[in-house]
Amino acid sequence: MTDAPSLIRVELLSQPELLAPVRAMLTSLSERLGFDDVETGHLALAVDEALANVIRHGYEGAADGRIWLSASVRETPTRRLHIEIEDQGRQVDPDQINPRDLDDVRPGGLGVHLMREVTDTCEFERRTPTGMRLVLEKSIPTARPSGRYDKSTGTPENGSP
Amino acid sequence: MTSGQEMNIEIAKHDDAVVASPVGEIDLARSPSLRNHLAEIFAEKPARLIIDLAQVPYMDSSGVATLVEALQLSRSKGCTLILAGMQDRVHSVFEIARLDTVFTIVADAATAIQDGS
Repeated sequence: MTDAPSLIRVELLSQPELLAPVRAMLTSLSERLGFDDVETGHLALAVDEALANVIRHGYEGAADGRIWLSASVRETPTRRLHIEIEDQGRQVDPDQINPRDLDDVRPGGLGVHLMREVTDTCEFERRTPTGMRLVLEKSIPTARPSGRYDKSTGTPENGSP
Repeated sequence: MTSGQEMNIEIAKHDDAVVASPVGEIDLARSPSLRNHLAEIFAEKPARLIIDLAQVPYMDSSGVATLVEALQLSRSKGCTLILAGMQDRVHSVFEIARLDTVFTIVADAATAIQDGS
């Protein structure tokens, strides 16, 4: 599914305490890609909500579930940050993942609405054989620092991951 | 690392109002602790509860849900709940969730205290 090398690829356990360091990582990446303060906050929020959903619903609070997050830049049709979040938790029908009616003021159920509001793409799909995959995308502003993150990957020593 | 994180919260009293000031990010790890702190405050039956969010740089939907729960609890107990000092990023979450008109939100805790005096 990936058509560009990942800038970041991490594996984490399904523990709420790990949300903060992942947010910090995404915030730093977003800022360096040229997203402004509000957009950076929105991206961190979207990823936070996605991971929280996996922890609460995919793994139902179990602390030993595995979650994979990768981030890459895709160039066509528009330059955008592409984030994939995958898990091995409970599968749900993507068509059943819908934001709730916001006029019904009650605790909970806001995560999907927030994710969809702050990203350009928010698509759930079933993984094979288990778990779910979520793709989040957001267009990268045209005025940004250039050349810092290109298609090269790997370490300075050997050029491989 | 699975028992949740303690939310540091400063509490002060001003006449009939309690000012609760959480410190730090509010996410899935910390919102249970915030919920517990707020339940303890409600048990004291304050006439007004001002939650000062000036030291909260980030809040996710679990934090928002905790505050919605607090709002419902305040209404059932005849307590006036006011949110104060919201930073832009946090206010943005309330706007997206269309809760910025549901809560009473003021610029800062001092204003909230003064308004009730």
